[in-house]
Amino acid sequence: MSDSRNSILTKLRTTRDAHPLTPPVSDFAPIEAKHWAPEERLPRIRRLMEAVHTEFLDATEADWPVVLREFLAREGVGSLLYAPATEAGKRLVEGWKAESPSPPRGEGRGEGEASHDSPEGPATNPPHPNPLPGGERGSAPGPVLIPYDRPLEDLKPQLFESIEAGLTTTRGAIAETGSLILWPTADEPRTLSLVPHIHIAILRTDALFDTFLQAMREQGWADAMPTNVLLVSGPSKTADIEQTLAYGVHGPKRLVVLVVQP
Amino acid sequence: MDGNAPDFAAASRAALADPQLRGNFRRAMDGLMTKRAAQFSDTGEWHGVRALAASVRLRALSKLPELLEKLEENCTRNGITVHWAATTEEANAIALDILHKANAKLVVKGKSMVTEEMHLNAVLEKDGIEVLESDLGEYIVQLDGTMPSHIIMPAIHLNTKQIAHLFKRKIKDAESREDAAYLTDLARRVLRAKFQAADVGMSGVNAAVAETGTLCLIENEGNGRMCTTVPPVHIAFMGLEKVVERLEDVPPVISLLPRSATGQPITTYVNMISGPRKDGEKDGPREVHLVILDNGRSSIYADPELRDTLRCIRCGACMNHCPVYTQVGGHAYEAPYPGPIGKILVPQIEGLAKRGAMPHACTMCNACVEICPVKIPIVEIMGRLRVEAVKPGGAVKDGGAKASRAESMVWSGWAAMNASPTAYRIATLAMSKLGNAAPSSLPMLKEWTNVRTKPRFAGRTLHDLARAKGIPDV
Ligand code: SF4
Repeated sequence: MSDSRNSILTKLRTTRDAHPLTPPVSDFAPIEAKHWAPEERLPRIRRLMEAVHTEFLDATEADWPVVLREFLAREGVGSLLYAPATEAGKRLVEGWKAESPSPPRGEGRGEGEASHDSPEGPATNPPHPNPLPGGERGSAPGPVLIPYDRPLEDLKPQLFESIEAGLTTTRGAIAETGSLILWPTADEPRTLSLVPHIHIAILRTDALFDTFLQAMREQGWADAMPTNVLLVSGPSKTADIEQTLAYGVHGPKRLVVLVVQP
Repeated sequence: MDGNAPDFAAASRAALADPQLRGNFRRAMDGLMTKRAAQFSDTGEWHGVRALAASVRLRALSKLPELLEKLEENCTRNGITVHWAATTEEANAIALDILHKANAKLVVKGKSMVTEEMHLNAVLEKDGIEVLESDLGEYIVQLDGTMPSHIIMPAIHLNTKQIAHLFKRKIKDAESREDAAYLTDLARRVLRAKFQAADVGMSGVNAAVAETGTLCLIENEGNGRMCTTVPPVHIAFMGLEKVVERLEDVPPVISLLPRSATGQPITTYVNMISGPRKDGEKDGPREVHLVILDNGRSSIYADPELRDTLRCIRCGACMNHCPVYTQVGGHAYEAPYPGPIGKILVPQIEGLAKRGAMPHACTMCNACVEICPVKIPIVEIMGRLRVEAVKPGGAVKDGGAKASRAESMVWSGWAAMNASPTAYRIATLAMSKLGNAAPSSLPMLKEWTNVRTKPRFAGRTLHDLARAKGIPDV
């Protein structure tokens, strides 16, 4: 096998040296010139992503877990997979039990553990202006929280067969194309945004870029690429059947961007 | 590879006689052309990004051996196992070896043109391994037992009704419904079970970054992510030309590929893979393999004129705009790559003996060159291959295979006629007097005249008319 390696490389080198090609200089100016005013970025991202069936929810740092919970309850979603060791995961759990507004309906399909409520980390739970009673473990109806705290192999059947939604963070979004940047980690696995029928992505409004190039430069991607980086620009789709767009072919059927303002 | 040379002429005649097929292609190609045009309405932007993408590809080719070594080094550092294959047989053997070691029974595949080149599915099936194409278009084509007819839209030759019938016949419990949403959902159900159970996932590579050892994969469906994330082993296949130098070279390529291909600003997923599951990570394959395939590419690279073929980013725009492809469809080419890029790439890979007809299936209209996002001089290369086909001893595999005494006599006669004023005068005079008398059934005219009206020769030559107007002859 390494014979092939050497003969391929030798042939490429010899023939190239016999007929060298001058490496052209790449002028990135046409991409660098793409700018949008800061206040135009989010509306543009939203417009482009909505055009391919992405849904948007507006929230603040203080209330996003509640907004999300209400949304899921309204949509009849019974289970939400989340990353328990991330900041967002911790906030989710705190916010989840802290307040339960208008008791939502949903039957908590019963698979997996119910919410994982060991008080981890410092309590950063901000005071809610209108705290409501309820939200006690066991008495709280609505979606069940399922922590992604095991290797994929142990979670596979549940992940493929019953978990309905997955929550991830993002590392920002790109105005040019309407794309979210996903940066999976050991704490936030990749299948969280891939296998459940609904993918919910938290987008903080302080990380909006003009272009893909700008995002990778400013975040220093080339210095430390993780195992997997993703741009996600909508729910899974196909046009393989007579050019007819159909959503939800293999990946998530719905993509919900939870826009979190400071 | 089968020994029989595909008969392009016969296959195109059959395609031309199929109004359903022609309708399916016409509609699809018109739609794709319109959508692409809308993406490039800003011509300044198009010229700028196109020049940038072309420079990225050329720069990669100018350093190809060094970049491949660097890619190998960085992939290895990231934990990816790199394999080199000179031929498709060798690539298949590498794949089988990995599969046997993994004790694999079920493989799920994302779209990969290189594995089409390798006829990998047939090899795996012969070995008793179940292999499932998971891109919806590829899945449809696999169920149908045929080949993809387009590199981006494999099942473009079929309409919804035909696909509904196919699913009804092949999938248990399928209802007979001519509804894209229903059919898509049906495929989702079948394939989800396979993703979950698969032992190995396979994929292609759109660009491999030497600087970081990263494999980039773009797609809309999420099946590419499934194949590269869920099974315990991932094998990626790439032609050796797919390398780019730096991570920053990816955005220009990614910007042009989906816009040129389907008129989308970007695909739903841009997936960048830089290694197998690391300690502490909860998912991702435990092994990632990269198979780098030559299969004639190093010979294409050896010729400074033909080298540009390797710039291709496989967007498929050239086929969408090709008047020949649009009429006959992808199957007529009987090749992994149809259309303009196929006409220059396939004869160089498989040889002119088998594929000498392909470069002739071209009107030289230049439409493909005008839209090619990396500015490949497709028509020039096509011309070169036509010459190589009849000229023994050239650089291309099986050069001279189509040399014919009759043809070379005609051309040397043509050259002699144009070189001598007297001969030219006599010949044009003879044509204007006798040309119309020649029956259209003459052997050399028949190919042309049986689908077209024979042109009428004017009674007087242009020189004659010019002289009559007082323009001096030279
Ligand atoms: S030759 Fe150009 S237009 Fe055709 S597939 Fe390749 S890059 Fe696209």
